[in-house]
Amino acid sequence: MSGSEYVTRFPEVREPLLNVKGAPGKNKRVLPAPFDTAGTADLPGTRGLPDLPDVSEVETVRHFTRLSRLNYGIDHGMYPLGSCTMKYNPKITEEIAARLAPVHPADTAAMEPVLERLAQLQDHLVEICGMDACSLWPAAGAHGELTGMMVISRALKSRGDKRRTVLIPDTAHGTNPASCTIAGFATKAIPSGEKGYLEASTLRQHLDQDTAALMITNPNTLGIFEQEIHAIAELLHENGSYLYMDGANLNAIMGVARPGDMGVDCMHVNLHKTFGTPHGGGGPGSGPVLVGKELEPFLPSPRIFRDDSGAYALEEEPYPESIGKVHSCLGNVSVCIRALAYILSLGPQGLREAATTASLNALYLKNRLKKFFDLAYETPTLHEFVLSDALQKEGGVTTLDMAKTLMDFGFHPPTVYFPLVVAGALMIEPTETEPLEELDRFVRAMENIAAMSREEPEKTHESPLAAPVSRVDEVWAARNLILTWPDGRIQPGEEGI
Amino acid sequence: MSYISHNGEDLGRILAAIGIERPDEVFSSIPPALRCRAGLAVEGPKDEESLRRELDFRPSRVVFAGAGIYRHHIPAIVDALASRQEFVTAYTPYQPEISQGTLQAIFEYQSMMAGLTGMEVSNASMYDGATALAEAGLMALRIKGIRRVAVTRAMQPSFRSVLRTYLAHAEIDGVVEIPFDPATGQTDLEALEKSVGPDTAFFIQSPNYFGVIEPMEQVARIVSGTAGFWGIAVTEALSLGALKAPGEYGPDVVLGEAQSFGNPAGAGGPLLGFFCTRKEHVRRMPGRVAGLTKDREGSQAFCLTLSTREQHIRREKATSNICTNQGLCALRAAIYLSAMGPEGLKRTALQCAAGARFLMDLLKEKGIAPVFSAPVFHEFVIPMDEDKLKELKSTGIVPGVPVARQYPEIPGSLLVTVTEMNTQEECRCLAANM
Repeated sequence: MSGSEYVTRFPEVREPLLNVKGAPGKNKRVLPAPFDTAGTADLPGTRGLPDLPDVSEVETVRHFTRLSRLNYGIDHGMYPLGSCTMKYNPKITEEIAARLAPVHPADTAAMEPVLERLAQLQDHLVEICGMDACSLWPAAGAHGELTGMMVISRALKSRGDKRRTVLIPDTAHGTNPASCTIAGFATKAIPSGEKGYLEASTLRQHLDQDTAALMITNPNTLGIFEQEIHAIAELLHENGSYLYMDGANLNAIMGVARPGDMGVDCMHVNLHKTFGTPHGGGGPGSGPVLVGKELEPFLPSPRIFRDDSGAYALEEEPYPESIGKVHSCLGNVSVCIRALAYILSLGPQGLREAATTASLNALYLKNRLKKFFDLAYETPTLHEFVLSDALQKEGGVTTLDMAKTLMDFGFHPPTVYFPLVVAGALMIEPTETEPLEELDRFVRAMENIAAMSREEPEKTHESPLAAPVSRVDEVWAARNLILTWPDGRIQPGEEGI
Repeated sequence: MSYISHNGEDLGRILAAIGIERPDEVFSSIPPALRCRAGLAVEGPKDEESLRRELDFRPSRVVFAGAGIYRHHIPAIVDALASRQEFVTAYTPYQPEISQGTLQAIFEYQSMMAGLTGMEVSNASMYDGATALAEAGLMALRIKGIRRVAVTRAMQPSFRSVLRTYLAHAEIDGVVEIPFDPATGQTDLEALEKSVGPDTAFFIQSPNYFGVIEPMEQVARIVSGTAGFWGIAVTEALSLGALKAPGEYGPDVVLGEAQSFGNPAGAGGPLLGFFCTRKEHVRRMPGRVAGLTKDREGSQAFCLTLSTREQHIRREKATSNICTNQGLCALRAAIYLSAMGPEGLKRTALQCAAGARFLMDLLKEKGIAPVFSAPVFHEFVIPMDEDKLKELKSTGIVPGVPVARQYPEIPGSLLVTVTEMNTQEECRCLAANM
């Protein structure tokens, strides 16, 4: 081992980039070759060998296996990212989803049972949300938001209404305003108030004839159920505006309360949150959109229908008022099938039990942690809650320090510095699948961090000490913008940067 | 099946710590009028064996369908590595210190995609090729002076549809389609010349929807310096293994669908949109991007970067609303490209092209000539009547994708695709049944 290859916190920390490992002639893979390629001379504009790493199978396996060990997943332990609903992802759903792999979407015979199951998922989501219709095609939550807001835009246009403003409470996810903008709306943030939920009286002050919709998350990102949601819906409807609900936190109320009953007109759900499908390190997710009767004609195309023979098929001609297609094909089909398998696996009682236990676990943590940390709001919460670093900051320990120190205790940190209404927020959502022992271990870790903040605050600034790398310099990354393998194959460590 | 771990004793401890008696009391903050009175009308609970029985999907025996979603060989190591829970069950890598695996893999995916397309940068992925095109359209419209979008009619129909859906909500003077030559299947260059100007963002797909390779040298000559912005879409990423890197023609963006890289046809999704551009546009680029950096000790590390473009900081001023993308699909692509290597990717791309020519020759012997005369990559359009199509399907052969619904101007036609997954025997079987 050369001097520069020093051993640090983790044996694989210096796993080199693939291009450094490659050398001509290493890859000896035998590939399917059913045809004689002599006849391809008519191909115009061909290239030489593509610039890809030339590595053996063993090197590929070692490389990605080593990389995987630098990650933290839900199967490692608790992943209490608020509003992300990092629950256990049942393995059976992976096995079921894998069966879709060889099916080509133009294989109509093979697709018929797939469409039947997608229709079943739509029906189940409609039932769980108390809405009237569903489209499964949005590929992620933010894609669902965008689709839903396009549906609302199209509905307004169809009735000749030029309203352009969407009101968004200050507790909202950042994607909400971004999605509205792409859908052509202007957004206006409105305060959620001291109690942590939007009051109808506040909404009334902001409502006018330009208000297209209110976009609200319920329960919101403070974990608080929007107490006045029904009155809010009535106010909006009287004003000719729509109520959009971001369903990111549906897990808290699944089987207990239904957005449709609250007066919601349009919403999306995140299958990769509420319905147990894995996040995959950033997708594929799925963000189905659900609407009430009035908005159904505007849903994206294609729609699944049942023909006279009882077979499931996709519409031939798009609905005239549809917003059009939002995806090349049928969205993240295998994610949808996983979610269906999850719903069927749990059944109606299981879904409700999941929601109940999600809140029980969160409340257990909240009650134990509020002795050591500042609780931002006293209002009752459901599946998640927000602490702040107000008490620890006095000793110079910030939310970021606490997040990084949690890694040394073997946890993924909570969502940090969000929602924006709480300075130094730590947003904690344990989900229903955490065992009590894991919750207790988390409490002990947080208690330890609180004690460190009082007794040896500087220690938290050094964290993480046990993670594969120490604190990562995000500012350097943004300044230097190295987004591909560096020329000359330099390694920052070797360059002394 | 329940995935909750608590037994009665655990539950008792939790209730006592919260200070409630019954679990349902956690919902006391939900107004009673809004609570469900009845249970959900949802099926289940079901055991794993029932799920296995009920959720079973099987493909047809012989498949020659492509049209934007392709069946390709996926080396066994792709599934083996990409199914590791450390990758599958991780969240978006907001906490880089414990997400280096995902981040480095994305960085390597970006590097390989940039290399293959001949562009300077790639983002971490898009939902699919169609939304990648739509986002490219939005990106172009943010450049001062661009008011129109022109797209070739031979562009994948679903891409054009999604582009129109997105642009319907943008400030824009119009979307125009540039026709194709009905004899060659290539974009009509005269029409192209008339349609692009400094106020126009232009997008072309090559190989196009008909499998036809566009005359890219000539296209580039017409639009470079003329169009305000232009992009090349690629729906068959495997073509990058054999054809010249699109970046060499000098576009502003190269985007499209990379499902072919290690991701199965999967009943149509998840797909893998890719988006590559030049450095000058990087701050306008939609989606996530991973960057190389260092940790406090000076070791190589990775993190998401350019987040100042993004919604959690810029909110309504963000360049895109993309948050969750297709991370695991991009990881699969990275593993696939590593497994295939330069030789493997090129040989497989040529296998596809050779297969299409093999089948084309068999069909010509039967008097079935391709509809278009220009060279193709691995798919081509042939005449086909509806009855014959039904007859073929009943024999368990999926001969291709009907074209007429998307292109009424070429009625009774079928887009046939051959990949390395097809055999000579399958080709003979198809030809014999025609």
